[in-house]
Amino acid sequence: MSTTEVLISELVEKHGRTRNSLMPILQGIVQQEKFLSEDAMVSVARELNISAADVFGTASFYTFLDTVPRGKNVIRVCKTISCHMKNKDEIIRALENALKIKVGETTHDKEYTLLTANCLGWCHKGPVMLINDEVYPELTPESALKIVNEHMHSK
Amino acid sequence: MSKYMVNLKINNMPVSVEEGTTILEAARQLNFKIPTLCNHPDLTVAGNCRVCVVEVKGARQLSAACATPVSEGMEVFTNSEQVRTSRKHIIELLLSEHNSDCTKCQKNGSCELQSLAFEYRVGDHVLMSLLKPEDLIPDISSPSIVKDNSKCIHCQRCVRTCAELQGVSALGVAFKGNHQSISTFLNKPLNEVVCTNCGQCINRCPTGALTERNNIEDVWNALYDPNKFVVVQTAPAVRIALGEELGLEPGHRVTGKMVASLRKIGFNKVLDTDFSADLTIMEEGFELLNRLRKVLVEKDETVKLPMMTSCSPGWIKFIEHIFPNLNDHLSTCKSPQQMFGAVAKTYYADKVNVKAQDMVVVSIMPCTAKKFECDRPEMRSSGFKDVDYVLTTRELGLMIRQAGIDFASLEPEGYDSILGESTGAAVIFGATGGVMEAALRTAYEVVTGREVPFTNLDIKPVRGMEGVKEASIKIKNVKPEFAHLEGVELNVAVAHGLANARKVMESVQNGTSNYHFIEIMACPGGCLGGGGQPIPTSKEIRDKRAEAIYEEDLNMPIRKSHENPDVVAIYEEFLGEPNGHKSHDLLHTHYKVRNRY
Amino acid sequence: MTMETKKLKKVDIIFENIPGLSYSILEKTIKRNPDDIILDLIDSGLKGRGGAGFPTGLKWKFTKNEDNPVKYVICNADEGEPGTFKDREIIERVPDKILTGIAICGYVIGAKEGYIYLRGEYNFLLKNLVKRVEEFNAFLKKIHLDFKVMIRSGSGAYVCGEESALFESMEGYRGEPRNKPPYPTVAGYNWKPTVINNVETLVFATMICHMGPEKFKKLGTTDSRGSKVFSVSGDTPIPGIYELELGMPLHRFVEEFGDGDTKAVQIGGASGFCVTRKKFNDTIIGFEGIPTGGSMMIFNSSRSMYNILHDYLEFFCEESCGQCTPCRIGCQQLLKGIEAVKRGERPPSYLEELKKLTATMKIASKCGLGQSVGNPFNSIVDNFREEIIY
Repeated sequence: MSTTEVLISELVEKHGRTRNSLMPILQGIVQQEKFLSEDAMVSVARELNISAADVFGTASFYTFLDTVPRGKNVIRVCKTISCHMKNKDEIIRALENALKIKVGETTHDKEYTLLTANCLGWCHKGPVMLINDEVYPELTPESALKIVNEHMHSK
Repeated sequence: MSKYMVNLKINNMPVSVEEGTTILEAARQLNFKIPTLCNHPDLTVAGNCRVCVVEVKGARQLSAACATPVSEGMEVFTNSEQVRTSRKHIIELLLSEHNSDCTKCQKNGSCELQSLAFEYRVGDHVLMSLLKPEDLIPDISSPSIVKDNSKCIHCQRCVRTCAELQGVSALGVAFKGNHQSISTFLNKPLNEVVCTNCGQCINRCPTGALTERNNIEDVWNALYDPNKFVVVQTAPAVRIALGEELGLEPGHRVTGKMVASLRKIGFNKVLDTDFSADLTIMEEGFELLNRLRKVLVEKDETVKLPMMTSCSPGWIKFIEHIFPNLNDHLSTCKSPQQMFGAVAKTYYADKVNVKAQDMVVVSIMPCTAKKFECDRPEMRSSGFKDVDYVLTTRELGLMIRQAGIDFASLEPEGYDSILGESTGAAVIFGATGGVMEAALRTAYEVVTGREVPFTNLDIKPVRGMEGVKEASIKIKNVKPEFAHLEGVELNVAVAHGLANARKVMESVQNGTSNYHFIEIMACPGGCLGGGGQPIPTSKEIRDKRAEAIYEEDLNMPIRKSHENPDVVAIYEEFLGEPNGHKSHDLLHTHYKVRNRY
Repeated sequence: MTMETKKLKKVDIIFENIPGLSYSILEKTIKRNPDDIILDLIDSGLKGRGGAGFPTGLKWKFTKNEDNPVKYVICNADEGEPGTFKDREIIERVPDKILTGIAICGYVIGAKEGYIYLRGEYNFLLKNLVKRVEEFNAFLKKIHLDFKVMIRSGSGAYVCGEESALFESMEGYRGEPRNKPPYPTVAGYNWKPTVINNVETLVFATMICHMGPEKFKKLGTTDSRGSKVFSVSGDTPIPGIYELELGMPLHRFVEEFGDGDTKAVQIGGASGFCVTRKKFNDTIIGFEGIPTGGSMMIFNSSRSMYNILHDYLEFFCEESCGQCTPCRIGCQQLLKGIEAVKRGERPPSYLEELKKLTATMKIASKCGLGQSVGNPFNSIVDNFREEIIY
């Protein structure tokens, strides 16, 4: 069994095989692997006895359940109104330059994917970004770079 | 138990309907037609196109008539100013993301969006075009179905069809918002996913987003080729539905006119798939008897029961994908279409003195999966592609119109001989339960020497539109060579629509069924409701087609497959015996294991 | 015209954090008759704090009256409205008050399971919340209340804040809103009778059980009882979270929070209304005026209202579930439409066509998302027409 299959069988064990457990299972895979690979979706479909198109259709509805490959770490910069007003564009530009990728892309070493997100719920402390599940509010281009740098060197 | 009656007014007219009735249905009782797009009588309610919105007095929002149950004292207005304005807007919105190249569209003239746009005189396109360039390239990977996203209105009728009626869900809804689309798994081409090619989605698509692969030009080209001898076979279910394509009400039998028009179009011989349906019964009936003997007498564990029919290529691809471990339960018999092709390019080619390579076999089928089937590599027993082209009932209707034939005034004509002889048993292949009934008529008689013990040979328990039908027949007073079957209660099941097939297969897989023989047809109602049949479809329409089929059966002079003179002759002159060596070469096949996901 | 107007008054009900208070409220409350609790809630005038404003007591009553052995309580923590961030703060600071509200509701309606549907963007809250839920469930066991709270996560879909979309999501489907009726009180999660309340609503329910309806009722106006947590952002020197008495006129709010150059306030988030300076005096924040789930976004005169509307429309284009025609295509048409007017590809009069379209979206869309896109569109286009065109 591949590591993905092991992971999925553990998640199925934990959450059950009913349709109601689909979201927690998909979330569990994304937690580990950052996106849902074709194999992962097929395995889930098999475990829950539903069609692969159904798994894909459900997953792709949700912004955080990516169905295209992502890096080990996903950076999401909030792009909605308050953060826009607080210059999220500068944050994005700084990160694009530092990581040498555009929004939507992943670094060559597959470490970081840079994305934008709709309102992250920090409108009073924008601009804000998530690195994986961790939140970083009140960014400046400098602080954003520092955070990413520290993140890179923290492992 | 009688239901509560609910009183309401629609456009100021009082009406009393059962509790739970929708506004749409209640309006219909008063003969007010409310336009719909996402609604379909065979499917659950979606309420997503919003074209059926109506005004309910006192409500802040309009209500989707298809999704809103009536309530006591309700006052509904179906044509108020805001209703009409909204409806027009919705049609305009749909057109703004729709590729309106109607003149080039296969559904030109039969598109529900087009007729709504016409009815509401939506002429000036004020809105911006939202057509996505990537949607302009249709998916033509499947030999059966063309998926053109630029025509899609996202009503999800196809998605519900694939899930609810067929239990396949090859099509789903993907992404959200402006990226939402009707998609296969990872948006792969249709020929790479679990699509069975059944075409039920086509039957329910309101626009040209899902259509069959059109082979009309291929057939015309064959007819124009002076070196080709073009024979055509017509499936049982075509003759009771073709009329709908040509302006007749559902339920008309047009066998003779169909034959006449095919001859006028220029086919060298007009032959009948009914012949090979009868041949199928001989092969499949004897296969069943062999399997019963091997299992009951020889205790051969490699032989599987229940045996399952193999006429329906959508069903075959379904089992290959979803239950490949049950492939051995499938009868090895080819479908009537492919038996016909194999015999046509061997036995028949000799008879008419035409080289097989010069012969073109065209099938007229109620089915889109047949287009896939004739392309299967197994289907070249004659050394050539046994069936060259498949046209659906709809395509034949179009071809007749192209040929300028006035269908209504045609004098009926008969099929050519040989391979044009039919029986009632073959005709009923077109309805769910028909193969079972035909097989029992023959097998029972082979085993006992007597006709099946049903009035008029009508085996009623396997008829009708129930999703899964069961019957059992006690076999008594057998011929000596079938002594092992004396007293056996033969249990059979019939399922139509792949969602029902799935249920039956699950019962076979987990060992809870006690069937000996199962008939499965991929399409609801059997072939009469096939993916290549006239659009629209509904239970009422399918019921009328079924009536016509059983009428045709009752009117046939011969009603049992083993009495078909062409069938008797081919065994005497060519095949020898059912399940014999030659049969195995020409008339039987094997199955693949395909991915379930 | 007489208006019941209030001064701006800061209140501290939601975040008041006395250790052990929630647990004691729960113990006390479940000794009471459920019908009395409902009567108190109805009497208090508490309306849903998510934005829609349905009377909470009635919602509980309808669900209680359903004859079904299986019922659910769901805490809607899918706070996604741009400009709203108060639920995050409530979950962070007073989770026990939320849990208590859920359990009281479960006790009242006869449910055995409660869920918190937490938006995926707030996953960082999970660690602490899971711990608090475990402790809370242990406490429920101790006091022999047959009820359990569980957490479910969202995964980035604004529309899942719509209650029926949230149920679909919890059931493992695409978060597409359902046809209504049936309403959640009859058929909600798993098609069983369900109370679904916003985070803040549940905390208020807890606190009304604690302090009684009278004290709550004293705050606010006839139509808008009590106080409300506001999320203040935009051009303000003091952005943040404030609990304020309902029913204040907007100018008082702007005096307190504006930067002296406020030209407009967007009340109720992207799906709410834009109010301009000249309307500050006669706009009441509350159900009799402009209701809000909490979002108050302040714009000063340096802001382009075109950009703001553009942002909102982009948001709706992406976050529409996509199933119904008016919303899926309507949002795109509005966005493309203002772009075309801006570029001069469509005449200014095209804005009138678009406004007519929003009227259709308002009455013909399947759920609140599509129905409310016209709110920001019309209020911005009407008040800042020049900015949209030039």
